[in-house]
Amino acid sequence: MSFLDLKNVTKIYPNGTKAVHETSLSVDEGEFMVFVGPSGCGKSTLLRMVAGLEDITEGDINLDGKLINEVDPSERDVAMVFQNYALYPHMNVYNNLAYGLKNRGIDKETIEQKVNDAAKLLQISDYLQRKPSMLSGGQRQRVAMGRAIVRNPKIFLFDEPLSNLDAKLRIQMRLEIKKLQQKVGVTSIFVTHDQVEAMTLADRLAVINNGIIEQLGTPIEIYDNPKSLFVAGFIGSPQMNFLDGNIKNKTLSAEGFEIKDIGSDFEGEVKLGIRPEHLSQSENSLINLKVDLVEQLGSDNLVYGQLKDKKDFCYRCPGNLTIEKGADLSLNIENNKYYIFDKSTGKRVN
Amino acid sequence: MKIKPLQIIAHIILILGVLLMVVPIWISFASSSHDSVTILTEGMKFHIGDQLARNYNEVLNEKGGWSEEVTAAKMFINSFIMALGIATLKVVISAMSAYALVYYRFKLAVPIFWLIFITLLVPLEVRIFPSYKIVSDLGLTNSYTGLILPLVASATATFFFRQFYKTIPDELLESAKLDGANAWSFFIDFLVPLSKTMIAAMFIFMFVYGYSQYLWPLIMTTAEEYWTVVMGMKIIYTESYEGVALPRTAERFAYIILSMIPPVLVVVFLQKWFIKGLIQTEK
Repeated sequence: MSFLDLKNVTKIYPNGTKAVHETSLSVDEGEFMVFVGPSGCGKSTLLRMVAGLEDITEGDINLDGKLINEVDPSERDVAMVFQNYALYPHMNVYNNLAYGLKNRGIDKETIEQKVNDAAKLLQISDYLQRKPSMLSGGQRQRVAMGRAIVRNPKIFLFDEPLSNLDAKLRIQMRLEIKKLQQKVGVTSIFVTHDQVEAMTLADRLAVINNGIIEQLGTPIEIYDNPKSLFVAGFIGSPQMNFLDGNIKNKTLSAEGFEIKDIGSDFEGEVKLGIRPEHLSQSENSLINLKVDLVEQLGSDNLVYGQLKDKKDFCYRCPGNLTIEKGADLSLNIENNKYYIFDKSTGKRVN
Repeated sequence: MKIKPLQIIAHIILILGVLLMVVPIWISFASSSHDSVTILTEGMKFHIGDQLARNYNEVLNEKGGWSEEVTAAKMFINSFIMALGIATLKVVISAMSAYALVYYRFKLAVPIFWLIFITLLVPLEVRIFPSYKIVSDLGLTNSYTGLILPLVASATATFFFRQFYKTIPDELLESAKLDGANAWSFFIDFLVPLSKTMIAAMFIFMFVYGYSQYLWPLIMTTAEEYWTVVMGMKIIYTESYEGVALPRTAERFAYIILSMIPPVLVVVFLQKWFIKGLIQTEK
C-alpha cells in the first residue's frame, strides 16, 4: 500500500450533486501530485476529503497505513494552504506559525526553534512580529506555507494557492514551492486549474473532469500521450487543434486532406487532434492555413488562421520566422504526431 | 487654512449639539453645589456654589430609605454589580449562542434563531409578572442573582454576534481545524479576539441597559440593601411629602451627577476599543 491511498472515493452533496465519482488514486511518499481540471470538476472536493473538511460519502482514504475516513481533521496530521491563505488576522506571523504547534502541546523552546527555522527557510524572519494585514501578497503566501511546513505534517495540501498572485509573482512562487517541496521532501497534493502550474510542479498529474480522473501520469506522459479528447484539449497551451474526420480502411479523411495508414482499426467519425507546435511549413502540404493574426512572443510566434472550411487553427513556429497577416501557409504534421479520438466517446483510438 | 462657509455651518451644528448634551449636565452639576434653599428660591444655577463638598458627602453617606438603612454609596455598588453582571453575562451568552447558531449547522438553527429574535418583541416589562413569579418561586428575590439572571438573555446581542460571525470566512475555521483547534479553542482563540471591538460595544450598551433598569429592581427588591441607584432617585429624598421639610433639591442634583459616573467611566474606559475597531480593519 502506498503512502496515501484513495479507494473508490465518492462524494455526493446533500442536494444530490455528485462531485466525485468512485475515484481511486495512490500517492507515494515524497511525491508531488497535482490535481488539475476546470473549475467545478471536483478536484478541490477531493482534496478537502483528504484534509477531512468534507465527509466521504463512499470509499476509503488511507494515509500512512491508517484508515482516516472518520478521523477528525485536527488529528490527521495534514497541512493545507488555502487559496486566500486563511491567515489568522489577529495574530502576528510568529503566532500564525506557532498556533498549530501550541495546540499539539509542544514546549515553548521547541516551538520557537521550529518557527525560526521555518521562517528562515521561507525568508520571512524579518516579518515575524507583523500582522498579516501588513504583508504583501507574496509574503502572505510564504506565511501560509510556513504555517504548513512548521508542523512537519505527513502531507501538504495546496488548494489553488497561487491564484491570488499577480503573474510574475505566481511564476516565482511556483518555482519556490517546487524547490521547497524537494528540499523538505513532504508528500504534496496541489490543486490548480492552471495547466502550466500543473505541468511544472507535478511529479505526477491527475487530470480531473466531472468528478472523474481522466488520466493519471507524469506531465510529459500526459502531454505526449493524452488518452482522451478532454485531456488533449486541456493540457497544452495554446490548445490542441481539433478537426472533424472519418476513418475508413485505415485512412483518415478530414476536410481537405487524408492521412493513410493511421495504425488503428477504428472506423467511423473521429476528431483529429494536432498540437500547434507539431506543425511545420513544407512543400508537400497537408493543411492550408490562411493567416488572420500573429502573436509574437519573442521565442515563438503563435499564428492563428482559418482552414478551407473556415475552421480556426493555430500554428506555433519559431520566433525568427516572419509571417505576414493574410499569408497562405502550407503545413505538415511533424513525425506523424497527431491524435485521433473517437468522436462519440472521446477515447483515444490511435 | 481657509475656512469654507460649509465648515462654519457644520461647526455651528456640532457646537449646538454639544451644548444640547452638555448644558443640562452642567446645570445639574452647578446646582448641586448650592444649598437647597438657594435653588428653591432662585432657580437653577449656572455657577459653582460653596456647598459642593457638603452636599456630595451627605448624599454618599447619609442613610436613607424608609427604614433609614441604605446609603447612596451602597446603591451605587448595587447598581454597579447588577449592570456589570448583566453586561458580562449578556455578552458571554450572546456570543456563545451566536457561535452555536452559526457554526453548528444543526437543522433547527434557523428556527431557533428566529425564536430568539422574536423575544425582542417581548421586553421584560411585558413579561414582568411571570418573570417575577419564577424568580420568587426560586427564592431569588432580594438577591443579586435575582436582579441579574432574568435580564441576561439578549436577542439584540445574539443577532449582532451572529451577523459578525457570518462574515468570518470559512477557511479560517478550516485552517484552524487543521491546526488542531477544537470547538472551544476556535471560539476562544479566534472568535473572541476577532470580535473584541464588537464585545466592547455590546458591553457598553448592555452595561447602560442594566444600569438604567428601574421596574425590575423596583419589584424585585424589598430589602433596602439591594436597592439600586435608579430606584433610589425616586425614593431616597422624598421625606418632604407632609410638607414639613423642604425638598432637598441640591442633594438630588448631586445624586444625579454621581449616578452618571459609572456608565461614563465604562464608556471612557472601553472607547479605545471602539476607535481601534473604526480605524483598523482586521480582515
